[in-house]
Amino acid sequence: MIKVCFFAKLREQFECDELSLEANNITQVKDVITQLVTLHPSWQSELKQSKCLVAVNHAMAKADTAVNSGDEVAFFPPVTGG
Amino acid sequence: MIKVQQQDFDIQHEYQALAKDSQAGAIVTFVGLVRDMNLGKQVQGLELEHYPGMTEQSLRTIVQQAKTRWQLLQCRVIHRVGKLALNEQIVYVGVSSAHRGDAFAACEFIMDYLKTQAPFWKKEHTDEGANWLDARESDDQAAERWQQE
Repeated sequence: MIKVCFFAKLREQFECDELSLEANNITQVKDVITQLVTLHPSWQSELKQSKCLVAVNHAMAKADTAVNSGDEVAFFPPVTGG
Repeated sequence: MIKVQQQDFDIQHEYQALAKDSQAGAIVTFVGLVRDMNLGKQVQGLELEHYPGMTEQSLRTIVQQAKTRWQLLQCRVIHRVGKLALNEQIVYVGVSSAHRGDAFAACEFIMDYLKTQAPFWKKEHTDEGANWLDARESDDQAAERWQQE
């Protein structure tokens, strides 16, 4: 399984803070996005925005970053702390 | 020392923790506060969300980078999360060094990187309702200048 989390504006828009995906057919971040959009077509525009950031196991990642079963993949908007 | 916490922090206590080192010839500290106006709107307060686990890791990486670039003795970073009212303290960065140049630069570097890399998000409550703040290009530019030097 792959744990997927959402933060801030994305969490509110999707009304979802986390969910699990079967790891079958997932090797990279872009596969996670494809599965999420298949399950929730309305998430497409947010997840495919260039501004949408992604982290795999707490490290910033890109569309081609590897994802394995047991990993945690997080999607969030640009950060605004400080 | 890195902390992400809901409760407030005591600047005097943090300063003393930096000052007790006899090698310290310079201490630079920064405190960020909740201000009353943002982009023309009257702010009533903030809500700060973060990504537990990644936040701490990201702050540790930033402090480590600062320690690689400058001669530093100690770095203390505290970032609050949860609901914050006007005038409350949000963030503290304290740096000690033998000399002021390193302490000034490292404190600014840590803040610039924190603002663009650490996974915190601010939701602003104003007289016109609540909204998530957008990242600012000026913060990206502030962080980028450290890569050019």
